[in-house]
Amino acid sequence: MELKTKIHAEEGKQDLTITRDFDLPLDLLFKAYEEPVLIEQWMGTKVLKLENKRHGSLEFETTDPKGNKHGFHGVIHEFSQNKRITRTYEMENTPFQPWLEFMEFEAVSENTSRLQMHVVYRSVEERAEILKMPFAQGINWAHNTLQEVVGKLKLA
Amino acid sequence: MMNLRRDVFQAIADPTRRAILVLVATQSMTAGAIASNFDTARPTVSKHLQILTECELLQQEQSGREVYYHLNPNKMKEIADFIEPFRKLWDDRFNKLEALMKNYHSTK
Repeated sequence: MELKTKIHAEEGKQDLTITRDFDLPLDLLFKAYEEPVLIEQWMGTKVLKLENKRHGSLEFETTDPKGNKHGFHGVIHEFSQNKRITRTYEMENTPFQPWLEFMEFEAVSENTSRLQMHVVYRSVEERAEILKMPFAQGINWAHNTLQEVVGKLKLA
Repeated sequence: MMNLRRDVFQAIADPTRRAILVLVATQSMTAGAIASNFDTARPTVSKHLQILTECELLQQEQSGREVYYHLNPNKMKEIADFIEPFRKLWDDRFNKLEALMKNYHSTK
């Protein structure tokens, strides 16, 4: 089966593209990026602020399984309905620098659409670190689960 | 006794080391043959080869009096695989988006 979400990250570059085809008409896909209540559901984050306009700003806050809060913020540079969102994005309280996201929305057919995200990081090293995060988290989670299991065994 | 094993990702962050990997991808080569492809001083190339060998991206093979370097495909695959959790994270998010909006469509 062909993978629906494709990541193109060339070796030694500081950018990458994420491409996804949706079984949704273009306006519905775009709406998922426009309405705070919808963003909250699919991204699993709280939307504290979202100004969908040129020079508008955004603030998100997620809560991890341990109850810790993580803040994200950015500035919207372009907001073109059903077409393009250009914005900066920053993870607060991390060593990471802000990055730049170009999101292009297009209709493939009447009922299908495509999103292409072009993300530019500050450096090659920074991109490598960000890419490694879910990888490292996966290992951490597996480790935590193991600890929980072992912890329960000890209690029993 | 720290840094016994070098970080593969740090190893491939260097352009000369990436060029070396590309070179030996097609055929195994001696250190001299690899160095002749670069303007950099021979000891510098040796240092790069040492780092690439330590992190197991390159493997050494003795053939007569010569030592040949060749690519370790398993280690290279590890690098290719590390991007998969990142892809999966986005794929999960987008699957949620799709399911949510399909529902939104039918209930509006």
